Amino acid sequence: MNKQVLSTSVSVGIATGLYGVSFGAIGVAAGLDVLSVMILSLLMFSGGSQFAFVGVLAAGGAPITAVTSAWLMGIRNSFYALRLTSVIGPRGLMKVLAAQLTIDESNAVSAAQSSSKDQKAGFWLTGVAVFVFWNLATLVGALAGNLMGSVEQWGLDAAAAAAFLGLLWPRLRESWQLALLGAAAAIATTPFLPPGIPILIAAAVAVIPLGGKK
Amino acid sequence: MILSVLIASIAVYSWKLLGYLIPERFITDKFRDFAERVTVSLLAAMVMIQGFTVTGEVVVDARLPALLVAALMLWMRAPYILVVIAGAAVAAGLRMLGL
Repeated sequence: MNKQVLSTSVSVGIATGLYGVSFGAIGVAAGLDVLSVMILSLLMFSGGSQFAFVGVLAAGGAPITAVTSAWLMGIRNSFYALRLTSVIGPRGLMKVLAAQLTIDESNAVSAAQSSSKDQKAGFWLTGVAVFVFWNLATLVGALAGNLMGSVEQWGLDAAAAAAFLGLLWPRLRESWQLALLGAAAAIATTPFLPPGIPILIAAAVAVIPLGGKK
Repeated sequence: MILSVLIASIAVYSWKLLGYLIPERFITDKFRDFAERVTVSLLAAMVMIQGFTVTGEVVVDARLPALLVAALMLWMRAPYILVVIAGAAVAAGLRMLGL
């Protein structure tokens, strides 16, 4: 096994784990019980979707809006899966397992490797490492969240905003106009629409042909 | 609420599994392009909602300087995790000072 791939995978796992504490704490602050927060990390297992889900609930949005936001946020995983099919070539039940581990991080580490053996190892190692650390961290955050008082006091709300900015950043070069429009649509409609709906409005903005043409 | 949690989890998982089940030739460039665009506009919206609203109202507070510091660090190519930690630290610090 390539040691460099292993160390990259583990460090990515630890890094996302730290951010998982923030998710756990925000989840319970949004009014979910520890079990629900854990189901999100174990079963949904996609940071962007998870934060979208609890974010809508925390703002007082309807459950159906939370579900829709999380679902739309997860669409990119389909395209990682399409790319990874030829890289890792899972069969039968392995497809079910590979699908669960298909996230931003596992796809990115895999894509960064040069040999096909390392690409495969990068996917599985990172997927497992992130899964383990993310879930442990979520549990810590969810349990501590009840004890440590407000999410704001620890800056965890700002951490979540910064995390989304970090995911958006590499996409800005090609699609900054669209990002600007999505951001404007969300903030401009916030005072007038029920919580969560502005996020869906922003998603609808994506159909407007603007910038990022290839 | 737990029912919504389960439905949402299955809905998100279905995207992942779908990618392994459908042959690539069925995916048009147009749809691929749309998926990338939805991701961009959703992420931008989440930055705004998470950064500048509180329960359905627009609020500017310690999260603004936190996001500015995060943007500066991203521009300087700092690792993702440091960006997230810095965002939390700036907001927590400013609030501790009563700002």
